[in-house]
Amino acid sequence: MTATHPDSSHAQYPPHFEPPHSSTWRLFFGPGLVRGAWMAAAGFVLGTLLVLVLRSWWSWDPVWNTEVVLVVGAMVAAPMGFLGGIGAFDYWLYYISGRPTRPEDHSGHGARGWRDYFRVNTDHKVIGIQYLVTTFVFFVIGGLMAMFFRAELAQPGLQFVDSQTFNGLVSVHATLMIFLFIIPAFAGIANFVVPLMLGAPDMAFPRLNALSFWLLPIAGIMFLASFIAPGGAFGAGWTGYAPFAEGQPLGQTFFNMGVQWAGASSILTALNFLVTIITMRAPGMTFWRMPLLVWANFTTSLLVVIATPFIAGSQFFVLFDRILHTSFFTPEGGGYVLGYQHVFWFYSHPAVYIMMLPGFGIVSEVISSMSRKPVFGYRLMALSLMGILVLGFSVWAHHMFVAGMADWLRVPMMITTLLIAIPTGIKVFSWTATLWQGRIHLTTPMLFALGFLTMFVIGGLSGIYLGSVPIDIAASDTYFIVAHIHYVLFGGSVFTIFAGVYYWFPKMTGRMYDERLGKWHFWLTFVSFNVTFFPMHYVGLRGMPRRVFDYDSAFGDLNFVISIASFVLGASFIVFAYNVITSWVRGPVAEANPWRAHSLEWQVSSPPPIFNFDEIPQVVGGPYEYGVPGARHAVMSPAREAKEVPA
Amino acid sequence: MRKGIVQLVAIGVVIGVLVTLVAVLFQWLPTSATEEFDRIQDVYWFATVMSIVIFSLVAAVVVYAVWKWRVPLDDDADGPPIHGHTGLEVVWTAVPAILVIALGIVSAVVLSENGRASDRPLQVKAIGQQFAWKFEYGDYGDFESGELVLPVGREAQFTMEAVDVIHSFWVPQFGQKMDAVPGVETTILVTPTRTGEFAVICAELCGLGHATMRAKARVVTQADFDKWVKEKQA
Repeated sequence: MTATHPDSSHAQYPPHFEPPHSSTWRLFFGPGLVRGAWMAAAGFVLGTLLVLVLRSWWSWDPVWNTEVVLVVGAMVAAPMGFLGGIGAFDYWLYYISGRPTRPEDHSGHGARGWRDYFRVNTDHKVIGIQYLVTTFVFFVIGGLMAMFFRAELAQPGLQFVDSQTFNGLVSVHATLMIFLFIIPAFAGIANFVVPLMLGAPDMAFPRLNALSFWLLPIAGIMFLASFIAPGGAFGAGWTGYAPFAEGQPLGQTFFNMGVQWAGASSILTALNFLVTIITMRAPGMTFWRMPLLVWANFTTSLLVVIATPFIAGSQFFVLFDRILHTSFFTPEGGGYVLGYQHVFWFYSHPAVYIMMLPGFGIVSEVISSMSRKPVFGYRLMALSLMGILVLGFSVWAHHMFVAGMADWLRVPMMITTLLIAIPTGIKVFSWTATLWQGRIHLTTPMLFALGFLTMFVIGGLSGIYLGSVPIDIAASDTYFIVAHIHYVLFGGSVFTIFAGVYYWFPKMTGRMYDERLGKWHFWLTFVSFNVTFFPMHYVGLRGMPRRVFDYDSAFGDLNFVISIASFVLGASFIVFAYNVITSWVRGPVAEANPWRAHSLEWQVSSPPPIFNFDEIPQVVGGPYEYGVPGARHAVMSPAREAKEVPA
Repeated sequence: MRKGIVQLVAIGVVIGVLVTLVAVLFQWLPTSATEEFDRIQDVYWFATVMSIVIFSLVAAVVVYAVWKWRVPLDDDADGPPIHGHTGLEVVWTAVPAILVIALGIVSAVVLSENGRASDRPLQVKAIGQQFAWKFEYGDYGDFESGELVLPVGREAQFTMEAVDVIHSFWVPQFGQKMDAVPGVETTILVTPTRTGEFAVICAELCGLGHATMRAKARVVTQADFDKWVKEKQA
């Protein structure tokens, strides 16, 4: 049977479905950013009134409490108003209220012009690009913040900012990079690629997918808005340890609530990926024929769904301590200070894998197709992801070796932490074995993948140091930690994001990026990254604690070098931005399959058709059968004609 | 093939030597001033040797592969379809497992030695408060001091207390670090091995003055320590 193109039914709607109103009416009352803006304002007013009415009803003094008004009005009601306004709930509200719904209406699906990227869109490819563009905007903002406080750190003493602003910059930098860049950038790449790789027309829940995306800018704006709060941005670090965070100025609330929106976005997307991967695989696409990127996102989604509620809980408890005067983490009221850290790290350690496993998937795709060889040990690669998933939940307290937690917990946590090196090592060795005797195409994505491979090994090895309790006791809370996490999250995650963006750029945009500029970007980034972050191991071990605006003058010279290198690192992004933007506008038109890769996304046009596949592909073999004579991953013809060949 | 292996090993050795030079030519760790840090440094060197070997191995294969098997971008042949090798996979599962378990055992032994208090250690209470440290010497009456003074060669047991938020007691040359947590009593042992002046640094972000929350630490001879105590008691 041949799948009908769902778009072809579009013209058959009865006339009464046509919007009955004038264009001005639609501008203000139809779904879109204009309605989003006024409904956000209306939400704020309603939320504020609700607070004031209830407080005066119960005669609480004072009736006006800025923090409560902000939490209810600005951080709950206004975002809900915004989401309603842009139309994220329209379909469901129509359904609930019994008004006619149009399940086959695809007018909100796919992009016909640039405006379609600025509204609720149910096409996973549009959403993927929405995610990526949004997250790169926040990457730039977070990067500029880093360069700002690196300018402050170029010399000991205070030069440019005051102490609270410094703490705010450091905290918001980390928060944006984690919650608004690395996690959602991977979600963006996966959004675009995973349904295509599975042979599916879209994600399982396209409207939920659209909602997941629009939750994200809310979180980002909330984190940024904390800078205009009285008292300045939240300055307790991205870890927001209690009880310090509970005594912080108003800005801390923006963190507590922003994390909820970002977390909700992650959870909904992860659920969507899980259902999509379980139920929407094309005929013949067994789990053992899925590309490793799909495996990686499957594992990541499990991590997200299980772990993210814990950070939501930890931030709600802090918020309750702040505004409801509970005592979860205040010892005077019987609270347990270390309880915060246990709950927080029960999310935030798995979060490190949430920020790394999708990158593992990207690198497997890139290294395999650019070496023209099957991924070495495909099954063990997938199983090691699962191993990391399981072990990842048993190591959280290694962030607390000096926190004063129960002594007996340290050795077991150290053992599980060190054991994670085994599945991670399997992956690293398998990638190097994939290179062996390959025919290596040193394209930009491949450069970033190889850069990742070497830098991630450094980050992993410094992780071994930190996993060992005695070394951790000496190195914890110092710049050694800052070096370690940047080798893992920049040399690891960000390099893989760049690899992924370059690799799928022709598929996403239908145009080719400039290879020469891509190589410049890689080498500038690679060198300045190392000059920025490698010396941090040294200053940390020698005695420079993290999160300080002032430090021993003995570290002055090295910090100056680090700051200069960080500016070069920041500038290297300009090469990327220029390359991507100009190539997107007027780059050479890309072929459907410029890398001659086997997975399904390359078997359709660039960019893919609006519903991905004009006919359902029949998967007949593994995705990496490079060099196997006559091997195919899929046949793009009707299912019943396909012949099964052993994988 | 044999020539290839020799070349690969040569690259690995060159990288290994370079990385080893980086590891030994710079003094990465502060000069130890305690028995505890001496032991921690042994673990550090164990981990460093392990890291040098693993990094050199991976980097050598990457460099060798790119040097040996790089093809022009318009090359359209495929590599050999090698799907895996069970023996190799067993080796690179087992060898790292042995290495990390060895590191784990060494670490656990050192941790236990660094945590075993002798009969009568010098009791010092370290009190962290935004943004200063205070030290109390319960054995010598109830005086307190803004500077930390320890006799050389005598084990000191610190009990941490935090008045407001979490702080962290750290002297880089002591190698030991422990958070002072409101409502939780934490302890740490330090046995100074040389006299000198050091800095007590707060290592946990605690507020606007965190960067400047420092105290002076002095390790002195027993005689000087007794003299200092007398002055303080007076």
